[in-house]
Parts: sequence; C-alpha cells; structure tokens
Amino acid sequence: MAALKHFLLRVVVTLLLLAVPVLGVWTFTEADRWGLWFPPIVSSYGASIDKLFYLILWMVTVTFIGTEALLVWFVFRYSKKDPTRAIFTHGNHKLEMIWTAIPAVLLVIVAISQMEAWTTVKMNFPTEGPYTPEKPLMEVYASQFDWRVRYPDAQGNFTGADVIEVPYDITVPEDTKVVLRLKSRDVLHSFFVPTFRLKQDAVPGMDIPVWFEATEPGSYDLICAELCGWGHYKMAGKIHVLPKDEFDAWLAAKRAALYATD
Amino acid sequence: MSHALAAYDPAVDAPAPHHPIYDYDSGPPVERQKFAIWLFLATEIMFFSGLIGAYIVLRSAAANWPDPSERLAVDITAANTFILIMSSWTMVKAVFAAKKGEQGKTARWLLATILIGSAFVGVQVYEYIELYHHGALPHVDIFWSTFYAMTGFHGTHVVVGVIWNIWVLQRVLRGKYTAKNNIGVELAGLYWHFVDLVWVLLFTIVYLF
Amino acid sequence: MSHAHAPTHPARPLGIDPPGTVHTTHEHHELGFLRKYIFSVDHKVIGLQFLFTGLVMLLLGGLMAMAIRWQLAYPWTEMPVLGRLLFPATGGVTTPEGYTMLFTMHGTLMIFFVIIPLLTGTFGNYLIPLMIGAPDMAFPRLNMLGYWFWWPGIACILLSFGAEGGGPAAGWTSYPPLSTIEAAAPGSNWGQNWWLLSLTFVGVSSMMGAVNYVTTIVKMRAPGMTFFRMPLSIWGLMIAALLQLFALPVLTAASFMQLFDRVFDAGFFTPTGTVINNANPETLGNAAGGHPLLWQHLFWFYSHPAVYILVLPAMGFVSDILAVHARKPIFGYKPMVYSISGIAGLGFIVWGHHMFMSGMNPAVGLVFMTATIMIALPSAVKVFNWLGTLWGARIHLTSAMLFAISFVSMFIIGGLSGIWMASTPVDIYIHDTYIVVAHFHYVVFAGSMMAIFAAIYHWFPKMFGRAMSEKLGVIHFVGTFITLNGVFYMMHQLGLAGLMRRTADPYDYATYAHLQPINQFISWCAFALLAWQVFFVVNFFGSMIWGRRVGRNPWNACSLEWEAPSPPGHGNFDKQLAVYHGPYEYGVPDAPKDFVPQTQRAHA
Ligand code: HEA
Ligand code: HEA
Ligand code: CUA
Ligand SMILES: [Cu+2]
Repeated sequence: MAALKHFLLRVVVTLLLLAVPVLGVWTFTEADRWGLWFPPIVSSYGASIDKLFYLILWMVTVTFIGTEALLVWFVFRYSKKDPTRAIFTHGNHKLEMIWTAIPAVLLVIVAISQMEAWTTVKMNFPTEGPYTPEKPLMEVYASQFDWRVRYPDAQGNFTGADVIEVPYDITVPEDTKVVLRLKSRDVLHSFFVPTFRLKQDAVPGMDIPVWFEATEPGSYDLICAELCGWGHYKMAGKIHVLPKDEFDAWLAAKRAALYATD
Repeated sequence: MSHALAAYDPAVDAPAPHHPIYDYDSGPPVERQKFAIWLFLATEIMFFSGLIGAYIVLRSAAANWPDPSERLAVDITAANTFILIMSSWTMVKAVFAAKKGEQGKTARWLLATILIGSAFVGVQVYEYIELYHHGALPHVDIFWSTFYAMTGFHGTHVVVGVIWNIWVLQRVLRGKYTAKNNIGVELAGLYWHFVDLVWVLLFTIVYLF
Repeated sequence: MSHAHAPTHPARPLGIDPPGTVHTTHEHHELGFLRKYIFSVDHKVIGLQFLFTGLVMLLLGGLMAMAIRWQLAYPWTEMPVLGRLLFPATGGVTTPEGYTMLFTMHGTLMIFFVIIPLLTGTFGNYLIPLMIGAPDMAFPRLNMLGYWFWWPGIACILLSFGAEGGGPAAGWTSYPPLSTIEAAAPGSNWGQNWWLLSLTFVGVSSMMGAVNYVTTIVKMRAPGMTFFRMPLSIWGLMIAALLQLFALPVLTAASFMQLFDRVFDAGFFTPTGTVINNANPETLGNAAGGHPLLWQHLFWFYSHPAVYILVLPAMGFVSDILAVHARKPIFGYKPMVYSISGIAGLGFIVWGHHMFMSGMNPAVGLVFMTATIMIALPSAVKVFNWLGTLWGARIHLTSAMLFAISFVSMFIIGGLSGIWMASTPVDIYIHDTYIVVAHFHYVVFAGSMMAIFAAIYHWFPKMFGRAMSEKLGVIHFVGTFITLNGVFYMMHQLGLAGLMRRTADPYDYATYAHLQPINQFISWCAFALLAWQVFFVVNFFGSMIWGRRVGRNPWNACSLEWEAPSPPGHGNFDKQLAVYHGPYEYGVPDAPKDFVPQTQRAHA
C-alpha cells in the first residue's frame, strides 16, 4: 500500500515537471495559429530583430529541454525507494570547467550577434536620402494622452504658420527611410509600433531621433508603451503608410488646406 | 508521507535544563561593534555617493551652472570648514584620553568636540536663514535644489553626531568607560571623522567649483 | 573531500578561539509576555514576527493581484468581493487611476513587504545564528529595532492606499515626472509621499538587518565553522546582505530627492520647459533643470541588485534542502559559492538593462547588454550543480523537496527569458510587454516564493517542534504548481503578441482585441491559485497545534541548526559545538549512518 502510494507520488511529480516543457514547447509551436505570435513585419529592419529572437529561441529551447529533461529523469529515477546510499561525490572539477566554458562561448556569440541590429535601429541613422536626423520628416509630440505630429514648412522649421499639425494619425511614405524627432510635452511616454518592431521612450526635455522604413501600405497601431498616467491604456495612435506618390499628394493637400483657411 | 520523519525521543531531544550560553568569537581580531560601524559607514558612503553623483550628473548636463561664489558666502563657510576639521582633532584627543583611561580629559575633549560641532551647525543654520531672506530656496532652481539636499543631509548627520557625542559624554561622566573598555568613545569618533570628511568633500565641490 | 582533513583539534588551527570562551547564563529569569513575544530581542522570535507579518502582506499583495486579474479579464465590470472594498465610490468597478494604483501597490508590497522580508527578515534572522552555531545575533537590540522600523513602513504604505486622490500610481518603479508632479497623476498626491517614506523606513530596517547579519556571520561562527564550511543558505544570506548594504543607500538617497521634488518643489527630476496639464511647473514655482533619467539610473542601481537579493537566499535554501532530501552532498560546493558571489558582483553593473528604450545612450546599452548576458554564466553553474546534486541521489519526495525541485525547474524558465530581454534588439520589441511580466514572475513567484514555501516546510519542525502535514503539503504543491504555470506561462505568448503591461484595458487596440480569452484563462488560474493556498494556511496553522511532535533532527540533516532542541531555547544550543567538516556529508560510504553531522568527526 505505502509502496503503491509512493509510486503514484513519483509518477504525479514526474508528470507535473514533464508537463511544463512539453506543454510549453507545444504552445510555442501552436501560438502562431492562435494569434499569439509576432504581428506581421512591415519595416525594413523588423526581420533582423525577429531573426535574433529565433536565434536565442533555439539556444534557449535546447537548454530548456536539456536541463528540464535531466531534472525530470533524475527526479523519477532516483526517487524510487532504495536502501543503498547515494553516489558519494562532492563534485567534479572537469565537469565544472566544461559547463562553464560551453555556455560562456554560446553567450559571447549571442552578445556579439546582437550588436549589428541594435546599431542599425538605434545608432546608424540615414545620412543621405530625403530625411535625416537634421532634416526629419516630422516631429512626434507625445503628451497626456495623445500623439501630435508636426510636419515642417517648406524651409524645414517646426514653428510658424506653415507647420502642419495632426493629432493621433501619423502619415508616412512607403519604402522611404523616415526620420522623426520624438519629444514629450509632460511625462514619459513610449513610441511603440509592434509591426515595425520599433519602440522608443519619449522623454520630456529630450529630443530623440527615430527612424524606420515601412515596407507595406496600410494603417498600423501606434501604442504608448510607457506608463504615463491614468489614461495610459488608451493613448492610441495610428500610423498610415501610403505609397510615395499618394503621400506627396496627401501632404500637398494638407498644405493647400492650411492656406485655404486664411 | 512515504519517508517517515525521525520521531521524538525525550532521551536525546529534550533540551538540557540548565546550560551556559556558548558565545564564540571567530575573528578577525576587531570588536563586533567596530566591525559593524565600518559596515554602517560603508552604507553612509554609498548614500552620499548617490547625492554627489546626482549633483555631478545634473551639473554636467546643465547648460549653464551659476558660479557658487556669487551665490554663497564662501569665506564664512571656509572658516566653518576649518572649525569642523578642528573638531576632528579634538575628537582624536578624546579617544586617546579614553584609551589611557583619563576620564576627566576624555570628558573635556568630548565637550570641546560637541561645542565646535554645535557651532558648525549654528553657522549653517545662520547661512540658511540668510539665504531664506534672499528667497533662495530649493524650488528656485536646480542649483538650490542640490545645494539644500546635500548640505541639509550633511547637516542632519552633524546633528546626529553631536547628539551621539552628548550621549557618550554622559556615559563618560557616569564612569562607564575604562582604559580597557572604551569602544563607545571610539565608535562615536569614527562616525564623527566620517562626517567631517564628507563635509570637506561637499565643501570643495559645492562651494569651490 | 572537505571532511577528509578535519582538524585534530577543531579550534586552534583555524584561528578561532577554542571552545570555552563561554559566557554562562545568570539563572533563567522569566520574561514578561511583552518582552518575550512582542518586543523580544531573541532572533528566533523576531524571525517568526517577520514570517507572520510577511505572510499577511503576501495575502494583501495576492489580493491586489486578483483585482488586477479581474480587470484584465473583465474590464470595467463590477469586481466580486474585492470591488466593494477597493472601489466603493464606483460600486466595485475599477477606475483607470485605480488600476495604476493596484499594480503599483501589488509590486511594491510583493517586493518590499513580502519576498525580501520573508527571505532575509524571516530566515535570515532564524537561520543565521542557528546555522553558524551562535547563541543569537551580534546585536539583538538592533535586530528588534530592525523589525519595528518595518512597521512605520507598513503604516505608510497602508496610508498611501487611503490618501486622498488615491494611492501612488506611477508603478513600483515610480518614474518621474509622473511621480513627482502632482498635476501629472491624480494618485501622485500624498499617496506618493507616503510611498517614498515607506520605502525609506523599509530601507532603514533592511540596513539594520544587513549590518547585523554580516557581523554575526563573520564574527560569531562556532569553532571549526570556517567560511567554506558554511551552509549555502548562509552564503546566500550574507551576499544578499552585502548587496543591501551597498545598493540600498542609493535608493534611499534617490527617494529623498524625489521627496524634495514633491514637498519642496525641488527640480532633481523635472526638466525645463515641460507643460503638464496645460501648466508649466516652473511657472507654478517648481525648480527645473533636472533629468528624468537620473531617477531611473539611481532606482535601477538599487533595484537590479535587489532582484538578486530576491533570489540569492532562495538559491541557498534550495541548495540545502536539495542536499538534505536527496541524501547526497551538494555538487560543487565551491563553484556554488563563487557563482553566488559572481551573480552579486555582476549584478552591480547591469542595471542599465532596464533602460535600453529609455533614451539612454545606445552605445552604453551595448555595454550593459554584454554584462547582463554574462550573468547567465554563474546562474548556469548553479543550475548544473543542482542537477549534479540530484544525479545518483536517494530522493525523498517530501513537500519541502517538491517545492525545492520546482524552484530549479521554474528558475530555468524565468532565467532563460531574461536572455531575450538582455539582447537589446529583441528588447526593442518585448520591453514593457508581458514577456517581462512573465519573466519576473517566474523568477520571483515560481522561483523565490516556491523556495520560501520549501523553506517553511523544511524548517517548520525546528521553529515549532512539530512537522507540517506531508499530505496537505503535497496537495498544496500540486495545485500551486499547476495553477501558477497556468497563470504565468501564457504571459509569454501575450508578450509575443505585443501586449503591453500596465494597460488597464488593452482590448481597444486592434492589435490586442483577440487576447481577452487568454487573459480570462490566466485570471481563472490566478483565482484558483489563491483559493488553493487554503491548503497551506490550514496546514501552517493546524500543524502548530496538531502537527507531529519531532525531535532535534527530524530530517537527519548535517548542519548545526539541527543540533539544537526543536524549538531551540534561549541561547539556542545546550551543548558545546565543534565543527569538523562541511554541511553536506550525506551518504558517506564508511559512516555508520547515511549522514555525518558537522559536529562529528567524519570517518576515514
Ligand atoms: C528574482 C528576481 C530576478 C532574477 C533572478 C532575474 C534574472 C535575470 N533578469 Fe530580470 N527582472 C526582474 C527580476 C529578476 N530577474 C524583475 C522584477 C524585472 C522587471 C522590473 C520591472 O520593469 O518592473 C526584470 C526585468 C529584466 C529585464 C528588463 C526587461 C525590460 O524591461 O525590457 C532584463 C533585461 O535584460 C532582465 C534580465 C535578466 C537576466 C539576464 C537575468 C539572469 O540573472 C538570469 C540567468 C539565469 C538563466 C539564464 C537560467 C539558468 C541558466 C541555464 C539553464 C544555463 C544555460 C543558459 C544559457 C546558455 C542561456 N530582467
Ligand atoms: C515580487 C513578487 C511578486 C509576486 C509574488 C507576484 C505575484 C503575482 N502577480 Fe505580480 N507583479 C510584481 C511582483 C510580484 N507579483 C511586480 C514587481 C509587478 C510590476 C508592478 C508594476 O508594473 O509596477 C507585478 C505586476 C503584475 C501584473 C501586471 C500588471 C500590469 O502590468 O498591468 C500581473 C498581471 O497579471 C501580476 C499578477 C500576479 C499574480 C496573479 C500573482 C500571484 O502569483 C499571486 C499569488 C499570491 C497569493 C495567491 C497569495 C496567497 C497567500 C498566502 C499563501 C498567504 C497565506 C496567509 C497567511 C498564512 C496569513 N503581477
Ligand atoms: Cu503615454 Cu503611456
Ligand atoms: Cu534587472
């Protein structure tokens, strides 16, 4: 009786521990089907970021399955009643060396492999082309709890009567390296466009350049990703990506409207 | 459930009725209190590093930082700094006297330290009042914000030090310390020296640079 | 093999005073109730005080979590039970600012009032003197103060709930300017000030504890108890104490600066030229010229080391519990010690990984990334050594052991997700998404909290002289293990789908609209998780009265605490101690029993 109970306990515990990696890996494989995976990529550098995610995903999955498998096996195998004593050892120097060195190599590889994507997104801004940090397409101005976009006048300055200001909706051209300058009027906010794989906090008192190149026309969610007060959850915006010509037309129309008013 | 625990056996498990308390010392050869006070001072160092670090960051980020000499009475504070350094010296004397077991001397040097310390605080309070009348308060600009935070927290440390010294003094007067046992004086001394040291640092970066 | 070269005479060769430096007791004078149970200076009583208070706080924090889960599952609907208590004004419906207050308080309570006090306060106090063979802490009175300084902290945090304008609502990270400018958040009225004061009190309390722990461990070890013969619990607690000593004061300084900003309108974190609620703080008489990122640096300089304060003691407990219930020496004792120290050391230079998106110089981000990824190394060493310990063991599946094993299994998950966030480009996408939430709940709840449960089951017999019910313990484990994974595993998926944390009602976004069912699943698992803790509560209180009476050493363990009576009396040990070897001599082949206590010369 006691023996049976003990066996049952061993089985239950083993199954529990086993369930986590099994179900875990399964959900990851199924997640896409359930819409619990990355949204589509519509930026030039989005793919490189996902690639790095998958690189780490593989390494992590192997480690995860490996370590959990060992754990589960040991727990099942060595929990059976046994009058003899455990293997008596205080450790093994060679083993320690091996399992320090291998992860070390892996991790260094990971670290190095990250650098390029990061510098592309956050450090190497377009130098030629229509828009540069010095000559941005627009200024995005975050404040509790809305986004404002300012398109400069023909001379490229952001003050004066000819500046176009649009709330919530950001319109940008397709297949163009767009640079914007991110500002905050009051508290911290964060400029998050899931489909661009782009996120950058907006900090009051700072003027942070951000760049992206949208590859698909359409409208995408712009989400505030930094707690900014009670309205944080509904500080939504939209990014409309238009084919180049349509964008130029749109901008021209806006300008015209501007003059029409006065 | 499956592996029974060792059961209770009064023969071995009952506590011995009357036993001495075994209190061991595993070194290093320094009193527990002194060891602890050094740990405590380490935390104090980190605390002021936080303040000073913030000051340095803000100052280097600022477009233009006012010249302290235009806003603060540097000469008075320089004198005040000298006074405080003197008090470190009197404290050393007090500790020496305590080590020799000369209670009277200890008391006198401690009293000197207390008086000088209070004088320092007095001058600082006077400075604050003057500034207050000139409307120079933390909310005016970042210079004053940092100024009050740093000098204020140091000031409170000096006050604490003075109170601590007074407490030690009354113990000296009640003959609590001997040539052998005078750790209490020494601890107060360590804290006092630390507070002085911090001030020298603060004075240099806040008033001189 | 450490037991091989045990000193012929335990004391002298180790430079430790020979046994006999003994202060005999003046015969037992009975203490009054107050001195004995309330204002006690006995480390054991103080430890238990921390335990009970911490568990009540855990319940509070847990209830906050349930309120969070209700809102995420059924936004803006009346919350059963809790709703009427938390939001009487709205008839039990969460308000937007109410939600920000909920997770702010939840995070604050759980980290500063549950996990840290339970790990260092409870077990630090209870175990340190017992495991190193000391009669008490180095400074019993300071120890008592440490506990009682915790109460003003509790008082302040509870006051901040009731503060008019609502509780603090800037997250447990309390980023300015949101947290410093009253106009920015209704909740950041006095609620925020109470919050800051509370953290200061808790900080002072922890600081008193930490000084005491380190001094006790260094100065009061029994003869023969060298540093490398200390149980890993003691190592974990000592290193955690050092982390607190060197990191916490910086948070205290930062909190004071924020208080200055709030109370004296100073400008530490207020940049020039902001307009909040259509008013410029400067024209309202605030100083400006400060920098919001300054707070983030100061805060994370403490709070990253703090997350290792949340886990290093837990790792220590788990190591000890694994060895005892696996009847096998811990695998690679010294590598374990070095990796604890390594994690702590690296922990001081990685705080920037919370700020990759903050506008901090991206080049600096790369440095923080590399340092952060390297922290996986010492952690790897620990995981592999735990596995090594279980290999070829004779595992007893006690409740303590089950929770300890699950710590290892869960810490791997939580740790591995850390690698994603450490990699700056990936973090661009997952920063502030639910992947982060999943990550830290796996290390902190599925990790540290499970370790605390393990420790409670393991040391309960020592604390109360009675064992907890194994049956209830196993039931508690099974249910908790299932439900907690139900709660936290799916959060990875939510994060991948891009779901933001700290959003009261995400479903207005097209991106998130389809996520509500998952959140409902998670929430129901969370409610089950709460309900299931009944088995623990019953077992915990019941066993104090009806639990099986046990002797000094119910688990047949080697370390010193089991030499003392259960529960230990005044002064802990009723016999002279001498330590001959490390604390993990289990299954020694030629020994009569399958374990050789530290106080016995090992065979051979
Ligand atoms: C107990 C607490 C705890 C612990 C132990 C950790 C451990 C780690 N954490 Fe975590 N972390 C938190 C608590 C903790 N964290 C909290 C509370 C937050 C959120 C704060 C907030 O914003 O509110 C956070 C946030 C956080 C971030 C910020 C995310 C963001 O906001 O964008 C990052 C980024 O780098 C990070 C990284 C790591 C890493 C690399 C580890 C490493 O130490 C993990 C190392 C462990 C392993 C890697 C697993 C075991 C190893 C092996 C199985 C060997 C093989 C492995 C490999 C070869 C990869 N953590
Ligand atoms: C540090 C420890 C810790 C712990 C243990 C937990 C536990 C839990 N957390 Fe917590 N959580 C945080 C720390 C923690 N959390 C932090 C730091 C944040 C970030 C806050 C911020 O963004 O600012 C956060 C945020 C956070 C969020 C995100 C909110 C948001 O971003 O919008 C969510 C959402 O589901 C959540 C859920 C839960 C749940 C369901 C639990 C459950 O596991 C809770 C289970 C607990 C119980 C069921 C209690 C049982 C009671 C007992 C066993 C005691 C018995 C009593 C006696 C004996 C008297 N937490
Ligand atoms: Cu703006 Cu959140
Ligand atoms: Cu961190």
